[in-house]
Amino acid sequence: MRLPEPLRHTWAVASKDLLIEFRSRTAIISAAMFVVLVLLVFTFARDPTAVAAIDLAPSILWVTLTFAAVLALNRAFQLELENQALDGLLLAPIGRSSIYLGKLIANLLFVGTVELIGVPLLALFFNISVWPYAAPLALVIVLATVGFVSVGTLFSAMTVRTRVSELLLAVLVLPFMIPPLMWAARATGPLLAGRPLSDITGWLKMLAAYDIVFVGLALLLFPATVNE
Amino acid sequence: MRLLRAGRWITGIALLLLAGVYVRALAYTPMERMQGMAQKIFYLHVPAAIWAETAMILVGLASVFYLFLKDPRLDRFAAASAEVGTVFACVILTTGPIWGKPIWGTWWSWDARLTLTLFLFLLYMGYMLLRGAVSDPGERARFAAVLGICGMVLVPFIHFSVYMFRTLHPMPIVLKPSTPSLPPVMLATWLMSLGVFSLLYVGFVIQRYALSYLREQLETLGEVGRGKGEG
Repeated sequence: MRLPEPLRHTWAVASKDLLIEFRSRTAIISAAMFVVLVLLVFTFARDPTAVAAIDLAPSILWVTLTFAAVLALNRAFQLELENQALDGLLLAPIGRSSIYLGKLIANLLFVGTVELIGVPLLALFFNISVWPYAAPLALVIVLATVGFVSVGTLFSAMTVRTRVSELLLAVLVLPFMIPPLMWAARATGPLLAGRPLSDITGWLKMLAAYDIVFVGLALLLFPATVNE
Repeated sequence: MRLLRAGRWITGIALLLLAGVYVRALAYTPMERMQGMAQKIFYLHVPAAIWAETAMILVGLASVFYLFLKDPRLDRFAAASAEVGTVFACVILTTGPIWGKPIWGTWWSWDARLTLTLFLFLLYMGYMLLRGAVSDPGERARFAAVLGICGMVLVPFIHFSVYMFRTLHPMPIVLKPSTPSLPPVMLATWLMSLGVFSLLYVGFVIQRYALSYLREQLETLGEVGRGKGEG
């Protein structure tokens, strides 16, 4: 069965980005190292006799994932700066939304990989049992990640061509990341304390609503960030 | 320029009226029984809050129309509204703690409303930083419009999550689904203050709009001049 045209284009853009990433592996290894180091910073910046690891775990998890995501988001459009590759991509006979979705998927897989490395390390370093709650925790992480990566991908298309792109992206995207981050952190706390899933459905609904609204909005607005 | 002068007049009148409203608030409006003097700040704080949020929504709406119509006037208005919104956000963030210290016993609490007002301020700052970082006028307008629309969409999320937190902040007493639970005298003073703040918003925005229009004229003149020199 052949996929409909826009989806094939989306996948073409995403797989191009992922292939570039896979060939060099610099960005993903740097991002993974960054996550390890942030976790180490937390380990040593904490007085283990004063604060229990389980109380701090949701905060550590979300601070680490937020910073890793902000750093990773610049990559998608930075790739297109060299040799005016973005012009080539825009001239290709594919829809603007396919370009955005392709970039979004590549970013999601990138950030997702970093998270896959980060969460087990968090469990290891802070001696927290994550495994029994793996499925609901994964759901929270996926919902939050889709939320902030969708906004971040849109913004990175704008900031990448400015002078202070990395700093500016962080300044623009963090206010948009904090609400989903707040809901996710509030949901992670009860989860890790072994509360039932029904306790956090409110937060999950907020996260899902945020995702739907901002992915839709970014699809509509993306053409304005690249059209001449 | 006529528009700039009109803006100055409106702002001047609004500032005089603001002084008038405060005379009324301090001398002719009864003291609130529980909060005493501190409650007087309510006449400044709440109208500023309403206009800081409305300004964000107006930035968003102007941005939506800009993307469709590509009219530079809409972009100029959005930029002006964002700047005035920043000022009002500063007013909320300074008057809030002054009220909070005697009533809550703390200057700042990480309460949902306070936090999210801070976000509004950060959104405005980001918006203006983005405008400053892009040099091409067309690109600047498009980028700012994208960010303005996203900011407008974030505001309802902010509002919604206010009701999901246990909060220290007083719940809205005027703008709420049922009738306002405020004594008529206080409500009258408050409504006057809201009117004055609306006038202030209009005055500031007109001035700012006129200034960016003049700046654009200068920019085009400068380009014409440079073109001649090079040619």
